[in-house]
Amino acid sequence: MNPSVIRADFSAIAKWVKPGSTLLDLGCGDGDFLEYMHSQKLVHTYGVEISDFSVLACVEKGLDVIQLDLEAGLALFENQSFDMVVLSQTLQTIHETESILKEIVRVGKECVISFPNFAHWSHRIDILLGRMPVSKSLPFDWYNTPNVRVLTIADFEALASQIGIKILDRVVLHEGKEVTWGSNLFGSLAIYRVQSA
Amino acid sequence: MTGLNTQSHTIEFQEPLSLKSGAQLSSYSLEVQTYGILNAQKSNAVLICHALNASHHVAGIDPKSGKTGWWDNMIGPGKPLDTDHYFVIGVNNLGSCFGSTGPMSINPATNAPYGSAFPLMTVEDWVLAQSRVADYFGIAQFAAVMGGSLGGMQALSWGIQFPERVRHCLIIASAASLSAQNIAFNEIARNAIMSDPEFYEGNYYAYKATPRRGLRVARMIGHITYLSNDDMAEKFGRDLKRIQGAPQDYKFSFDTEFEVESYLRYQGDKFADYFDANTYLLITRALDYFDPAKNYGGNLSKALQVMQSKSLVISFTTDWRFAPERSREIVKALLDNKKSVTYAEIDAPHGHDAFLLDDERYHAIIRAYFLRMQKEVL
Repeated sequence: MNPSVIRADFSAIAKWVKPGSTLLDLGCGDGDFLEYMHSQKLVHTYGVEISDFSVLACVEKGLDVIQLDLEAGLALFENQSFDMVVLSQTLQTIHETESILKEIVRVGKECVISFPNFAHWSHRIDILLGRMPVSKSLPFDWYNTPNVRVLTIADFEALASQIGIKILDRVVLHEGKEVTWGSNLFGSLAIYRVQSA
Repeated sequence: MTGLNTQSHTIEFQEPLSLKSGAQLSSYSLEVQTYGILNAQKSNAVLICHALNASHHVAGIDPKSGKTGWWDNMIGPGKPLDTDHYFVIGVNNLGSCFGSTGPMSINPATNAPYGSAFPLMTVEDWVLAQSRVADYFGIAQFAAVMGGSLGGMQALSWGIQFPERVRHCLIIASAASLSAQNIAFNEIARNAIMSDPEFYEGNYYAYKATPRRGLRVARMIGHITYLSNDDMAEKFGRDLKRIQGAPQDYKFSFDTEFEVESYLRYQGDKFADYFDANTYLLITRALDYFDPAKNYGGNLSKALQVMQSKSLVISFTTDWRFAPERSREIVKALLDNKKSVTYAEIDAPHGHDAFLLDDERYHAIIRAYFLRMQKEVL
């Protein structure tokens, strides 16, 4: 993914984070988002990661990180114990979709969920032409992708209302720019601010 | 590179030490070894806390015994805890048998070895004694206190007892208290020692005796809990102890038949040669008693509320003595208090022993953690 796309994602989320708040980043990777957050605002953060390499990268950056498998739930975290829980471009890599969504709104007073939108027009064309899409937002081939769930903006909103998740805000991006109409067709990255209904 | 710069100290304390049991040690001495150089601000000191059978000899080769320090793969010039930057202190705990005051020492009240009269020690008592070692060196605050297993309990206890005197607690392969199963294993070991006819109720020194048989069994049972099932299967399997090329037939006897028996007997014998039985009893009891949550109705989160340090907690997936769940309890209690904590769960095959071994991922985390700490303390 190119840096400007990442920045757009980060800055959209950062706008929702109040200074002084506690923030939990689930699937924090090498800690790029957390490092960005610390450069923007005074926040108290923890990352959660399963990969040894990413945990090490976070330690190198001086970030607090907890090595944990998200599929096993968030038993380490009490109800409503964080101002903000972030699940940034990680939802599509988790098998236990419903359970993790319920867990994050249990732990976070507010949560941010972002994911690549499979229904972007370029992906639709790829499928029409008979191939699985490979794009900036879905940069992997079908055989080596870490993504185990592919979803669209419409899919997510349907599931959210079904399992008691209230959508507070939505930003849809493409190439780092906000998409204001035809989101499910023109947006490649969806970012939601949600909480338990 | 400054070299390891090993310095040995025997520090005599005349100020009495009030113990958790209510007993008091009127005077005592502690064996201490240091490595590296304490900087002018005294901000680069790291205290290493030892587990059951280790000592103040943490790194390098001891000129007297020729033995290598028990955490030599971790500590030294260019190692994960780099003595080119940090001043590292190893302390032999009270009640241990490597030179600090313990059951083998002469009781000034009787002019005979303390033996069974030596007071029971707790983790908190050790930490209190270690704080006086810090005073001796003029160290107001440790950059870090670090330990594995029982040593990790001391590191945690440092954070609770002296919150302002430690910046980082490194708690490795440890737990906030023993489980019933852990205590049960300790009890078997103690029972083996105390039922040895050579034990003489702890006063075997007067009889020029050693409860060797008891110590051997204690060490054997301990060793089983340090290794994982897979590790044992890989190391020994069902192999029979035979000279190379000899047929693997049973001898139908109770002599050493299997490789694993040979290993346990060897470990047991070696241990009985150098370790003191009273020390074994005392240290296993200190393990049993450690439970900082006890004063808070079992609520560990409340017990850790006072901590000011940052923590690094590490566990090993195949450790069943202090399993990852036990480390996660500590992590959860720290998270409940929003204390700064990092947790790594290392997928290593070597069971509890892994904390002493040279695992690349484990050492990389420790190295990165101390490198990062340099920005804060140097």
